Amino acid sequence: MAQPKRILVACGTAIATSTVVAKSIEEEMYKRGIKVITRQCKASEVKGLEHGYDLIVTTTPLPKDLEVPVIQTLAFLTGIGKEDVLNQIQKALE
Amino acid sequence: MASEKIRELLVPSAICIQLDASDSKTVIEALSNRLFEAGFVHSSFSQAALERESRMPTGLPLGGKFNAAIPHTDIEHVIKPALALATLKQPVNFQNMIEPETAVPVQLVIVMALEQAKTQVEMLQEIAGVLQDEIIIEKLMNAVEITQVYEAFS
Repeated sequence: MAQPKRILVACGTAIATSTVVAKSIEEEMYKRGIKVITRQCKASEVKGLEHGYDLIVTTTPLPKDLEVPVIQTLAFLTGIGKEDVLNQIQKALE
Repeated sequence: MASEKIRELLVPSAICIQLDASDSKTVIEALSNRLFEAGFVHSSFSQAALERESRMPTGLPLGGKFNAAIPHTDIEHVIKPALALATLKQPVNFQNMIEPETAVPVQLVIVMALEQAKTQVEMLQEIAGVLQDEIIIEKLMNAVEITQVYEAFS
């Protein structure tokens, strides 16, 4: 079986927003047959944590010099463009 | 989308309908003070929420007629979980969560007083669901009394 993909989910405080985003991603990717493991963090922690992750999804701006691909989106909060973002995430993980 | 959780956590005295505010600071202070007076947050909440909003803004473009903002701050300023809500007489600018250099004209503000518990995540999930529901947003924006705000969520 394929290794689960690892996604780092960032928001301002790592309390609520990133939890909502992480749960949505896990559920939606599961529906698409992609197993993912998520970890939540504060935007300020991304720089030290990015290694070992396949993708970063964030609701708030991050430093520009990251080595892991970043998807910045509010779609999991507002619903706008959610399908597009899910496609982008899927593509980034393939 | 009905939301029992939002109904439970909304503090009646912290609902401001058609608030006449000129900027986001006035709105955040007004709602924070209502929550403080009702005993849900510490006196430090207002300043902390303003400070966080300036560093990590919460304006959310919703793609429809109205946009929203969801100011909040660190858990140590919260006594017990609560929501405060304002509809605004005229839009005030909040900065966009994802592009802080861009302003979003906002007419619906929900202040989240969150503490480290499962409820806070569920709450945000509910709020996200509501923000994606144009009918609820329309009902909230048309509300002229507090009971209509509760009805919008039922």
